[in-house]
Amino acid sequence: MTVYILCFVLFLVGLYGVITRRNLIKIAISLSIMEFSIFLILVLIGYIDNGLAPIVDPGSSAQIYVDPLPQAMALTAIVIGLATTAMLMAIAIRLYRKYKTFDIREIRNLRG
Amino acid sequence: MELTISIILGFMIIGAIYALHAKDLLSAVIAMGFVGYGLVICFLLLKAPDLAIVQIVVETITLVIMVAVVLDSTRKELEVSFDRRSLLTTIAGFIIFAGLFYFFYGAIQNLDPLGMHSLRMAETYVYGAVEKTGSINLVTGVLFDFRAYDTLGEAVILYTAALGALTLLRMKGKK
Repeated sequence: MTVYILCFVLFLVGLYGVITRRNLIKIAISLSIMEFSIFLILVLIGYIDNGLAPIVDPGSSAQIYVDPLPQAMALTAIVIGLATTAMLMAIAIRLYRKYKTFDIREIRNLRG
Repeated sequence: MELTISIILGFMIIGAIYALHAKDLLSAVIAMGFVGYGLVICFLLLKAPDLAIVQIVVETITLVIMVAVVLDSTRKELEVSFDRRSLLTTIAGFIIFAGLFYFFYGAIQNLDPLGMHSLRMAETYVYGAVEKTGSINLVTGVLFDFRAYDTLGEAVILYTAALGALTLLRMKGKK
């Protein structure tokens, strides 16, 4: 129970960063932190005490393995997280070259 | 197990808070790396070696990209002044956080306690999976056989993101 709550606190730290920071790099960092907490919650849900890593040893039988399904989901999410972060960084560096700042209050050309 | 994970998570939370408040963007990026590598240790303790390998690779690539971006631009953090409007948003933020926490607490009541997870629908994925998929790694079996279409979608997203990043970086902007 404590672990789940700590995971959620990590999520809230990321959310706080997204809301309060004004720097594009810090916003990207906060998004990554939120992602990390979600991965950890997924893997924690699938954990079984004294379970083995989900790699079958053909010689032995009747073992308990931890749940592979949340792990597969988290694996997909990690790779997509890398894609979004790389994209965000590309946008950030483009914006920096145009506006000479990372401040989202000054990047307002598209506003009416 | 729960205690060990809690301690590592505590360090990760401290690292995350430091990353958000650092005055230097480079140290903020390094502190985010601290959080990511802490996650790798958690994955190893939770018997998820595939995830640990992928996360350590992804974290390193992310760090390299972020350090490159920071070194190519500026390292200074912006100054944020605290006025009346930010006081209002802070109060609203705390109310939202409390509401989210309430719903999260309600949601985790329905979960099994840590370590007591019961395989419900994943039973089909675990038992007899070696004969069905031919892979002794169950995570690989789920990813590339039972849920191969999801992996195809993931590859498409990765390709699109790489293409988008490349387009953004090559484009000549309006002066």
